[in-house]
Amino acid sequence: MTGRGAARRVTLLALLAVLAAWPWLAPYFAIFLMTEILILGLFAASFNLLFGYTGLLSFGHAAYFGTGAYVAALLLRDMAPPFLAVLAAAAVGAAVVALVIGWFSVRLTEVYFAMLTLAFGMMVYALVHQWRGLTGGSDGVAGFPLTAPLPGVAVNIADPVNYYYLTLILVAVSAYVLHRITVSPFGLILRSLRENSERASFAGVPVRRYRLAAFVVSGLFSGLAGALFAPFNRIAVPEMAHWTQSAEPVLMTILGGSQYFFGPFLGAGVFLLLRQWITSYTQEWMFFLGVILAFLVVFLPRGLLGLFDRWLGGRS
Amino acid sequence: MSTFVAALLNSLDIGMLLFVIASGLTIVFGVLGVLNFAHGALYMLGAYFALTAVRWIELPFWAALVIVPFAVAILAAAVERLALRRIYARHPTQALLLTFAFLLILNDAVRMIWGPGYQIIDPPRALTGTFVLAGAVYPLYSLFVIASGAAVGLAVWLLFSRTLIGKRIRAAALDRDMALAVGIDVPRLYTLVFAFGAWLAAFGGALAAPMRALGPAMGDRIIIESFIIVVIGGLGSFPGALLGALILGALHGFGGRWFPQFDIVWPYVGMALVLLLRPHGLLGRSA
Repeated sequence: MTGRGAARRVTLLALLAVLAAWPWLAPYFAIFLMTEILILGLFAASFNLLFGYTGLLSFGHAAYFGTGAYVAALLLRDMAPPFLAVLAAAAVGAAVVALVIGWFSVRLTEVYFAMLTLAFGMMVYALVHQWRGLTGGSDGVAGFPLTAPLPGVAVNIADPVNYYYLTLILVAVSAYVLHRITVSPFGLILRSLRENSERASFAGVPVRRYRLAAFVVSGLFSGLAGALFAPFNRIAVPEMAHWTQSAEPVLMTILGGSQYFFGPFLGAGVFLLLRQWITSYTQEWMFFLGVILAFLVVFLPRGLLGLFDRWLGGRS
Repeated sequence: MSTFVAALLNSLDIGMLLFVIASGLTIVFGVLGVLNFAHGALYMLGAYFALTAVRWIELPFWAALVIVPFAVAILAAAVERLALRRIYARHPTQALLLTFAFLLILNDAVRMIWGPGYQIIDPPRALTGTFVLAGAVYPLYSLFVIASGAAVGLAVWLLFSRTLIGKRIRAAALDRDMALAVGIDVPRLYTLVFAFGAWLAAFGGALAAPMRALGPAMGDRIIIESFIIVVIGGLGSFPGALLGALILGALHGFGGRWFPQFDIVWPYVGMALVLLLRPHGLLGRSA
């Protein structure tokens, strides 16, 4: 195991080095691509705290992603505070929405949980879509300035390279925190809920409270991802809260492997690279994504990382 | 009075169509335990197959309405045999994901084959007119939809309650292993039930084709509405699908008339309330 642990650490450091040098290594457009991979990877990883670790399939995670996107866009448009304050406010805002929705949703499990989170997610979508006075309806919120990260730090984050580094730092820190959570005693209890919530409850675990805590943490980081995504696109639109947006982290996680912490990140990378590659030939890239997804669900339920694991002679 | 009648007819028209579609979803869930995310895509396939049958093969609409659902059902049976069958033993969310993959495939396949634009089919000549009821002028075709929905619903109910095959299906739904033990060919029954669910979705699609614009994303809205219906009525409950569809139809028919700005949010509020207060639906059995 120590050999595997060391190999993992070396791989991770090499990956971080490549990511840090990315703007020098890669062509200009690839900076945008990698920024998007990092943001959606964080979104998928926070979704996976609920799905892979707690065993709850949420089909409404765009609610928190969208909340983060809108809080960030509206704050930047109307008050223009420092950018890190915007991100913090957006993440907390999304966590509050997750607390309200989660308080109801954790009463249910399996498909009932999926349907309830879908319903709540679509209510958030309806709200941002219909509340034209605040959100501009289907036009979205655009034309907001990108402020300095902190007062006195004169970094122009409108520059794609600077925005990439900002994203990289925040996603790396968030991933570290999320990983610490998954290996903490709290995270181990979440896994026990996934395996057998009834037995965990007999052992004295307040199941709903733990599920709710995971739900809120997941919503917080989803909100942070949304808050990074809207300024990256220079717009917040209702589609960021739609159920089709909720489907993306689900797809990415399955693609990469929900049993692995880095599965969602790998899934986000493969997802966006595939989209980039296939859309250069045809608009109908979802067709190929569907074929790949069907193949993975039937033959490789542990995702791409599960496949690598098998090749490397790991767990069968 | 005439606005009330028009809203009522609207509710019934939407409600009965949704009932036909959602009953397929609920039957498949009740028997196989699979919540079919691709059900809306099968509805869409029904509509597009009808388009091809009427416009390119130049079949009369009536013939298309009979043939198309069977074509889609055969396709669904093949998919059940090749893919779905392999994952019944796994966690139920896996089936949701697999059928979601089918949804992505079918949506884009339709875009590739029939193009991204909107298309329309004319209703058959015998049903193009309008009729007047209590001062409300209404298209004749909608009456046909309401009647077809009622007829299909009745036929399905008779099938399940009065025939041997219906009894076998109910036995397999109640206890798969016991059904196997008494000699029922459950795997074949599962294929049949999945195909039948697809038949209902495709029949709904062909039926809806003359009154709705056909577009590649037409199934996305239907699948969400079908989810709402079966959740409100009770997952796996056939009468629940009727109740849920009529409730949703009424929300559209009346809500759309008097509160258009909330049209998209009411169904979700209703679904969330039912899930929280009666998680197994208004008419569902508690497991």
